[in-house]
Amino acid sequence: MFTGISIHTVYVLDQEEAVDFYVGKLGFEVVEDVDLGFMRWLTVGLPGRSERRILLEVPGPPSHDEATAAQIRDLVTKGAMGAAAILTTDDCRADYERLRSAGVEFTEEPTEQPYGIDCALRDPFGNHLRITEVKAQAA
Amino acid sequence: MNESERRSAVEDRNRRLLRARDAMDRDFAKPLDVPGLARVALMSPSNFSRRFRETFGETPHRYLQRRRIERACAMLRDGDRTVTEIALAVGFDSFGTFSRTFSAVIGRSPTRFRAESTPLAAPVCFVKTWTRPSSFG
Repeated sequence: MFTGISIHTVYVLDQEEAVDFYVGKLGFEVVEDVDLGFMRWLTVGLPGRSERRILLEVPGPPSHDEATAAQIRDLVTKGAMGAAAILTTDDCRADYERLRSAGVEFTEEPTEQPYGIDCALRDPFGNHLRITEVKAQAA
Repeated sequence: MNESERRSAVEDRNRRLLRARDAMDRDFAKPLDVPGLARVALMSPSNFSRRFRETFGETPHRYLQRRRIERACAMLRDGDRTVTEIALAVGFDSFGTFSRTFSAVIGRSPTRFRAESTPLAAPVCFVKTWTRPSSFG
């Protein structure tokens, strides 16, 4: 039986810039950072929650031929890759204020939804992330 | 200009166009226009309209109009605001223009749309992405 979801890939254009954003601004931490020579295995997760990670991967050879890598970069920068992650929080408005003052680009301000409060942002490459404060369920 | 520089110019332009499209998705209620959006994308208005259509498949004017209609549909489905209030809330400056545009895009009047609709059980970001009437289906 499956026991969890551990890693998914988010394509980025530059791993250093990705670390600056995901770690420096959003507050993730680097879980694994191994230079394998042919690629840098770089994962980030929430502090203390490293069982669930995002692999920050740069499209390119030899995994992708140059033309395919260019297509992926095109889709990433057009915002066509779907949600990189939907993060949950205990205070959406506080996160919004903190990140906005750090210069993060928001595509939606905190908005009341039937399921709670959420807002949306982009990483520097065009990937879409959401932050959701889930409404407490009535007992 | 070599191949990798050309590509990164495309990516930079995509990112600026996406920023302008995001502004439409976020600020549709405000009086946006093509010259203002072109400034967000750091382009001239005519270049912006042409590049936006190449990149996203429809003109920025049409994208914004359809975003406003999509948001109006959501408000008609889910809330109890009057049609006139909704017209203003999604960025139209007159009820007449809203009503004509809505009927032309959706094929029904706002009042009839409301009477025939039921709430959608999905997060709003998903509804926004998948129910905006577009030029391509």
